[in-house]
Amino acid sequence: MAVVKTLEHFGCSVDFPQAQTCCGQPQFNNGYPQEARPLAERMIRVFKNSAYIVTPSGSCAAMIRDHYPELFKDDPAKHQEALDFAARCYEFVEFLTRVLKVDVSKLTLPDPQRFTYHYTCHLRGLGTTGEPCISLLKQLKGASFIPLEKAEQCCGFGGTFAVKYPDISGAIVRDKVQCGQKTGADVMIVNDGGCAMNIGGACHRQHGDFAVKHIAEVLASAIDAGESR
Amino acid sequence: MTAKAAGSSPGSLRHSLPVFNPDFMREAALTSADEALHTALDNSVTKKDYGRRATLAELPDSDALRTLAGDIKRHTLDNLDYYLAQLEANVQKHGGHVHYALGRDDANQLVIDIARQTNSKLIVKSKSMVSEESELNHALEKAGLEPLETDLGEFILQVDNDHPSHIVMPVIHRNAKDIGRVFERYFKVPYTDDPQSLAEMARVYLRQRFNQADMGISGVNFAIADTGSIVLCTNEGNGRMCTSRPRVHVAIMGMEKIIPEMRDLPIFLKLLARSASGQALTQYTNIITGPRRADEHDGPDEFHLIIMDNGRSRILAGDYRDTLRCIRCGACLNACPIYRKVGGHTYGSVYPGPIGALITPLFNGLAEHKHLPHASSLCGACYEACPVKINIPEMLIHMKKDQIDQGIAGFGEKLIFRLWTTGLRYGWTYRLGQFAQRVGMRLLPHKDGWITRLPGPAKGWTAIRDFPQPPKNNFRTLWNQRRVDRGTPEGKR
Ligand code: SF4
Repeated sequence: MAVVKTLEHFGCSVDFPQAQTCCGQPQFNNGYPQEARPLAERMIRVFKNSAYIVTPSGSCAAMIRDHYPELFKDDPAKHQEALDFAARCYEFVEFLTRVLKVDVSKLTLPDPQRFTYHYTCHLRGLGTTGEPCISLLKQLKGASFIPLEKAEQCCGFGGTFAVKYPDISGAIVRDKVQCGQKTGADVMIVNDGGCAMNIGGACHRQHGDFAVKHIAEVLASAIDAGESR
Repeated sequence: MTAKAAGSSPGSLRHSLPVFNPDFMREAALTSADEALHTALDNSVTKKDYGRRATLAELPDSDALRTLAGDIKRHTLDNLDYYLAQLEANVQKHGGHVHYALGRDDANQLVIDIARQTNSKLIVKSKSMVSEESELNHALEKAGLEPLETDLGEFILQVDNDHPSHIVMPVIHRNAKDIGRVFERYFKVPYTDDPQSLAEMARVYLRQRFNQADMGISGVNFAIADTGSIVLCTNEGNGRMCTSRPRVHVAIMGMEKIIPEMRDLPIFLKLLARSASGQALTQYTNIITGPRRADEHDGPDEFHLIIMDNGRSRILAGDYRDTLRCIRCGACLNACPIYRKVGGHTYGSVYPGPIGALITPLFNGLAEHKHLPHASSLCGACYEACPVKINIPEMLIHMKKDQIDQGIAGFGEKLIFRLWTTGLRYGWTYRLGQFAQRVGMRLLPHKDGWITRLPGPAKGWTAIRDFPQPPKNNFRTLWNQRRVDRGTPEGKR
């Protein structure tokens, strides 16, 4: 609900079409484009009437933008629909900073906290960097920012990769948790569901000290604090 | 001066690439637990990766340069027959010989033949990945010849019977202590692990051998079609010694190493050293055009260029042509989170890292090296690093699909994906799946909100990390609750 709260705070009206399921990325990435196609069609249909589609997990946005048009390259009508859908689709931070151009400098966290930031890999696919999110953090009152060593190194999630190759994935995410520990931050910002589950799960297993959160959760807590004041 | 083709039977029964480690999973389990290896790799490849970023950032528009380099390579590959003929003619014009080798054994035989014809025995070698492909040293030794690697890293590996684990930094998996013991045995000297002294030992020894050598073998970083030149980029100067001191110089290249014109070269030079090691240029850049001329003081009497196919024309004709753009800079290895944890040998053959994961199955057949396209988190760091913009992640996905189409993927996996998709395709199956998941997960072993053991195919997850327990009220429930509270029907805001 943090995403909804933040978007509404900045003046959007938010809908959640119940018929949506999954964008089909796991199918596509594992070499099953024919299985991904009906899921993509469903998504395009479900969101036909939305002006913007915003997703908190950036890898879904990357899937939609990078691969939906290609899935329908042999069907001109559907290809056009896919392009049109992709053009309306945004990752959460991207939407806040590029479309809404929000100013969060008036928001104050309920308690001061130290943050670090992990660069999730889908940002590469979206052609953006971690900077927009870090600048949001820096604007927030009560937030301090500590850079993460090897921030741009993948956390080792990679969808089915994490399950199929636990040894390799485990070595990579251990490294990520260690780098997180070194920052001494209270919170690591991870703006993707899969990566957050991975880093959070490894941090818990290794008895790490930091929490893993989505930037929307942080913004929503600041908005809440403002509203209760 | 004629061009000779060796080898007549296409696709010899041997694999195109030698296989050193057939068991990927076993090797990966060992290396991903090897903290010392991780530290060594972090200190070298991770640093080089940052060096690459920093030196590329010095260029006015490195992204445009990479696009250009990729386009030049694509154009060359699309017209490879033309440029090969042009290269051949121009090498011959300058007094060199050109030979074509279909398979890797053919390439080795060509070198052996040239050695016999020129009465060569001691052969000094500078680094060449193609010669690793063909296991040239073994073949030469078998033929009674004496090959000697002169790149420091390759020299260490040769005297210790080891294989390179990186395209550019072959000995990256060994530390100074290790190397100290190798040299102690080989040179019969007191043990030292001081890198300076070790390098000096090798230098003194190699210097003397350079002077005695009959033949020098080099790889080729770029072959320039319109001038018939080959370009060598090295940091130790051994390449220059190998190609100028002995009487005979044999250069071996994969047939994709061509660029059309001399004026294309600066584009690639600007990218190669930056991508490989974060240097603006390598210490030595040699442009070699034919053997020594009558009025020149140094250089070999004979120059031979061996152009090896070894499966490349098959790759050229298929869906993976872009892989042949590769200039073997190693940037994708340095950027790769998997490579940083498993090292080079885990990939099983001579080409490790992201590009190796892609081309090893192409060379040896998709049924071989089944794990390679899957053992990737598809993070995209390799694509981002590649100076010729090879979209490795996309091609890995394509390769998984090819595996499925060729019946290489397991039936069980296919079934899982079919069921998964069905679950996501219809509203009721989705809700059923979500419900089952929520109820099921409550039954699993857990600790303060985290599941510690998942069953079945998902057990890999909890082998090394916990899994969040689903919250009591998921987003949909909360959303519906809010909708009811506000009295808005679905679809209205
Ligand atoms: S694939 Fe690209 S990054 Fe990797 S070695 Fe080849 S040229 Fe370099």
